[in-house]
Amino acid sequence: MERFFLDVAHLLAGGLVLTSFMLLYQTRMSSLLVVFALQAFVLTLAVGWQAHVQHAPHLYITAAIALILKALIIPYALSRVVVRLGIHRSIETVGGISLTMLAGMGCVALSMVVMMKAMAAADPLTREDLAFALSVVLLGMLIMVTRRNAVSQIVGFMSVENGLILAAAGAKGMPLVVEISVAFSVLVAFIVIGVFLFRIRERFDSVELQVLDDYRGERR
Amino acid sequence: MIAVPPFPLPFDPTMAVLLIPLFGVALLAVLPFYRLGARLNVLLTFATLLSALYLLVERPPMGRYLFVDDLNVVFIVLGTFVGFTTSVFSASYIGHELEIGRLTPANQRFYHAMYQALMFSMNLALLANNIGLMWVAVELATMSTVVMVGMYRTHAALEAAWKYFILGSVGIALALFGTILVYMAAQPVIGEGYDSMVWTTLVTKAHLLSPDLLNVAFVFLMLGYGTKVGLAPLHAWLPDAHAEGPTPISAVLSGLLLNVALYAVLRFKMLLSANPGAIAPGPLMVVLGLVSLIFAAFMLYRRRDIKRMFAYSSIEHMGIITFAFGMGGPLANFAGLLHMTMHSLTKSAIFFAVGHIAQVKGTQRLAEIRGLTESHPVLGWGLVIGVVAIAGLPPLGIFMSEFLVVSSTFAREPLLAVPLVFGLLVAFGALMLRLTEVAFGEPTGGMAPVEASYVPLYSHLALVVGAGIYLPGPLVVWFQNVARLLG
Repeated sequence: MERFFLDVAHLLAGGLVLTSFMLLYQTRMSSLLVVFALQAFVLTLAVGWQAHVQHAPHLYITAAIALILKALIIPYALSRVVVRLGIHRSIETVGGISLTMLAGMGCVALSMVVMMKAMAAADPLTREDLAFALSVVLLGMLIMVTRRNAVSQIVGFMSVENGLILAAAGAKGMPLVVEISVAFSVLVAFIVIGVFLFRIRERFDSVELQVLDDYRGERR
Repeated sequence: MIAVPPFPLPFDPTMAVLLIPLFGVALLAVLPFYRLGARLNVLLTFATLLSALYLLVERPPMGRYLFVDDLNVVFIVLGTFVGFTTSVFSASYIGHELEIGRLTPANQRFYHAMYQALMFSMNLALLANNIGLMWVAVELATMSTVVMVGMYRTHAALEAAWKYFILGSVGIALALFGTILVYMAAQPVIGEGYDSMVWTTLVTKAHLLSPDLLNVAFVFLMLGYGTKVGLAPLHAWLPDAHAEGPTPISAVLSGLLLNVALYAVLRFKMLLSANPGAIAPGPLMVVLGLVSLIFAAFMLYRRRDIKRMFAYSSIEHMGIITFAFGMGGPLANFAGLLHMTMHSLTKSAIFFAVGHIAQVKGTQRLAEIRGLTESHPVLGWGLVIGVVAIAGLPPLGIFMSEFLVVSSTFAREPLLAVPLVFGLLVAFGALMLRLTEVAFGEPTGGMAPVEASYVPLYSHLALVVGAGIYLPGPLVVWFQNVARLLG
C-alpha cells in the first residue's frame, strides 16, 4: 500500500512539472490559460491525494481553494480580460522556445540534485514531492522572465505559487497551509485582476510591459 | 532597562501593538473626513508607540504565537516611533496633495487605512513566534505598500507598483519555500505540527536539525527576504517604489519595512549559527552587503530624481548593515544595530524634508532644485543636516556606527575593509556633490513658504545629532546584550 501511495503522489507531482513545461511553450494566450487551468486541476488532485495519504483533512480545503479559484474562476476571468483586450492570439516571448525548454530542463535537474542531496535522510514521499515542487517553482520563474506580457507574467507567478502549495502540502503536518493558500489566492485575485490590468489598460491601451518600460521615472 | 516600576495595565501591551492598528484599518477605511482621518491616524500610531514603549518596561511571557525578546523589542520601538512621526508628517503632506488635486478624498481614506494595515503587519512580523506567521505578515506588508505606491496612478507610479509587486512576490515566494524547508528540517526532530514552526523551539533544538536542509533553506530565505531588504542583485523595485509613491510611504519603506525584512534574515541567521554542521551564514551576507554598498554608491552619481537618489542611498546603507551583521561578533553586531537605528531615523527625516521640498518646488528633479538654504532656510538646513548625517560625517550618529563597522572589520578582516571604505567614500562624494547643488547657490523654483510642521523632521535630526555626541549608557548596555544574542 505504501508503494501505491508513493507512486500516485509521484505521478501527480510529476504531472504538475509536466504542465509547467507545457506552459513554457504555449504561444497563444488562450491556450496558455487553458494549460494553467489544467495545472491547477492537477494541483487539486495532488493536494487531495496528500490529504488522503496523510489523513490531514485541512488539506482538502487547500485542494478545494485550488480547484474553485485557480482551476475555474481565475482562468475564466483572465480569459475574459484577454479577449476584451484583444490579445488572446499572441504571446511575446524572449528567446526561442527550444532555448527556454533547455533552460527549463536545467531547472528541473538543478532542483533534483539539490533536494535529493539535502534531504537524503528524509522519507522518500516528502523528499521527492519537494524536489518536484522546487522544479515547478523554478519553471514558474522561468515563465515570468521569458514573457513580456503582464497577463502571462501573472500566469507564471500563479504557477510559482502552485509549486509552493505543493511543497507546503507535501510537508507532513505543516500548519498554516490553508492560511498560506488563502493569503496567496487573495493576493492574486485582489491585486492582479481587479486593479492592475484595467488600470494598465486604461493608461496605455496595451498590456505590453515594453510600453510601460518607456515611462521609467528616469527618462521623464 | 528603564528604572520605572512596572505598573499593571488593563490590557496586554503585545496585543495592543497589534490591535490598535487593526482597529485603525477598519475605522479609517470608513471615515470620509480628511482632517479627522489624518488626526486619528496620528492618534492611533501614537497609542501604538505608547504600548510599544511599555514593552520595554514589562516583558510579557513568551507565547506560542507572539513573543517579545531583547532583539525584536528594539525593532518594534524604532518602528512604531518612525511610524508615529511619519503619520504627523503625512497629515500635512496628504493635506497638500488633496488641495492640489493629486489625490481624491476616496484615495485619502484608502491611504490611511493602508497605513494602519502596514503598521499592523510590520508589528505582527516582528512579534510573531512562528516562522509561517512571520511570512504571512511580511507578505501582508508588501501588499499594503504595493497599493500605496501605485496610488497616484501615473505611468511611472503604475510601473513602479507593478515592478514592486512582481519582484516582491517572487521574493516572498522564495522566502516561503525556505520556510517550508526549515519546517522539513525541524519536523523529524520536534515532531509534526505547530511546534516545528515556533521560533523559540526551533532555536533551542537547532543543533539537532539537518544541516544540509538548513543550508538550502537559508539560501532561499536570504534571497527571498533579501529582495525585500533591497540587496543589490534584487533591488530593482526599490528606487521606483520610493520615487513614485507618496513621500510618507518612501519614509516608512526606508525607515521600517527594510528593517523588518532584515529582522527576518537575522532570525534565520541565528538559527543557522546555532547549528554546528550548517554553513556559516555570515559570508553570504557579507558578499551581498558589499555588492549592494558599492553598486548603490556608484548609482548615486547618475540620479536625476531626488527621491530616487535617496532610495539608492537606502540600498547603500542596508548593504552596510547587512555587511555588519554578516561579520558578526559583539562589536560588528553592535555597530549594525546602531547603524540600523540611525539610518532609520536619518533617512525618514530626509524623506520628510524631500516631501516638503517636492511640494514647494513642484518637482522632484534634482536639476530644478537649487539654493534651498536661501529660499527656505529652515527646510534647507534641515536637509543639509540630514544629508551630512547620512553621508557619515562626524559628529553625527551614522559616523559613529560606520566608524565601528570599519574599525571592527579592520581588526578582523583587513582585506574586507578596503572595499567597504571604498564604497563609503564613493557614496560620500556623490551625496556631497548633490547636496552643494541643491542646498546652496542661486535659488530656483517655487518660493512659497512651507505650510507644515517641522517637528517630525527636527525631532529625528535632534535624535541623530544627540546620539552622535552622547549615547545613553542604558542604551549601550541594551544593544550590547542584543549583539551578544545575535552571536
